[in-house]
Amino acid sequence: MATSRPAPQEILLPVKPGYIALTLAAALLLNLLPWSGYGLWIKPDFVALVVLYWCIEQPRKMGFIGAWLVGLFMDVADGTLFGQHALAYTILAYAGIVLHRRVRMFAITPQALHVIPLFLMNDLIIVSVRMLGGADFPGWHYFIGSFVAGALWPPLAALLKIPLRPKPDPFHV
Amino acid sequence: MEYQAPPFFKTGPTPLARLLILSALSLALLISDARFNYLAPLRQVAAVILYPLQRIALAPASIARRVGDFFVTHSSLRTQNDRLERENFENAGMLQELKGLRAENERLRALLGARKRFGVDATAAEVVYAARDPFSRRIVIDKGMRDEVKAGQPVVDENGLLGQVTRVYPWLAEVTLVTDKSHFVPVQNLRNGLRAVLSGTGSDGVLELRFVPVNADHANGDELVTSGIDGVYPPGLPVARISQVERSATRLFARITCTPLAGVSNHTQVLLLSAQRDLPPRPAEQAKPRVKGKARKR
Repeated sequence: MATSRPAPQEILLPVKPGYIALTLAAALLLNLLPWSGYGLWIKPDFVALVVLYWCIEQPRKMGFIGAWLVGLFMDVADGTLFGQHALAYTILAYAGIVLHRRVRMFAITPQALHVIPLFLMNDLIIVSVRMLGGADFPGWHYFIGSFVAGALWPPLAALLKIPLRPKPDPFHV
Repeated sequence: MEYQAPPFFKTGPTPLARLLILSALSLALLISDARFNYLAPLRQVAAVILYPLQRIALAPASIARRVGDFFVTHSSLRTQNDRLERENFENAGMLQELKGLRAENERLRALLGARKRFGVDATAAEVVYAARDPFSRRIVIDKGMRDEVKAGQPVVDENGLLGQVTRVYPWLAEVTLVTDKSHFVPVQNLRNGLRAVLSGTGSDGVLELRFVPVNADHANGDELVTSGIDGVYPPGLPVARISQVERSATRLFARITCTPLAGVSNHTQVLLLSAQRDLPPRPAEQAKPRVKGKARKR
């Protein structure tokens, strides 16, 4: 039964913390775009996506503190109660770090099936904190974004790896 | 006693420990932000760091709008100009009437000895973005602490009341719209002066008059204006129009839904009002203390 062989691993350049910070800032920027209407319905949480990606891919470089700080920024940007995104992203980072060995055994597309439940959990935490704070249930379409985030997982992985590919040696014959 | 070998690699606390610490910290932040107001400075600092990112995120939309403005056709400009001229003409007539009415109102108020209505100052602001939050109805405008915006200022557009400033950052301010679930406006019916409290429902374009007795005289199409009782909103700002009145014998209260008059979901320019209340005049000063040996320099 050799149905699931470990995915072939590429040899990539080491990830610099600055690169991680840059991608997180870019994700924050995507979240800050003026989404409205149906765009708001299907909008994935880009920050959660990137946080989880780095937690699975580089668990020793992307840690809890980073996820927590990005969560605080998200709270300020959304004007919501302090700490709800921080809490959700911390738990997401924990899930990513605990599961990273297993998830990385799979090819990139089955990985998406692993991460969708994690994004759903992330949304669920935010919804429950909001509802404890007295808000109404926003409707089931709130969770569409998690599935969109899962669909975006393979393109994101491909995109984030581009700068990490070693440059071809010009003197190589 | 069990002996534990020292770990090969120093990795700090285990993931679970870190998770628990940071979760506890987040919960502490949540509770202190929800119950007490200690975290405003922290929020200000984070807002300042975020500000450049927010401006960059808005750049594509504003550039697209500018490009769109550039490529308007001659005919659309002509029709717009015609419309504006016609509106200007109509408004000029109304303004002249208003002057007369205002003078008359002041005279009558003086006769009655009533307090003067307070004057209102307006500052224009631009909507930076609508908060991307399906839970609440808020917008963020480009005037903040630097422009002396204060929490509690009413915000209007050309048709009516939009909401109220609820949070002020150094360069931005957050406005809670009238459609937000936690937002209440004291209003009165323009037709008969009945007072009521208008609350948002959390969905765009629907407001609700709550706890109105079944026999209260509200009818479809009635306009609701602010009553000015709370002291937050100046009286007489149009807010909403009643769209549906349901009276059922099984309910204690009538169910009255309204539509906001202001374009709560489509606007780029808003007006920030600052109500200036005329304080009672200062008491007359007593005899001035004599200044000895000090020549006033001029």
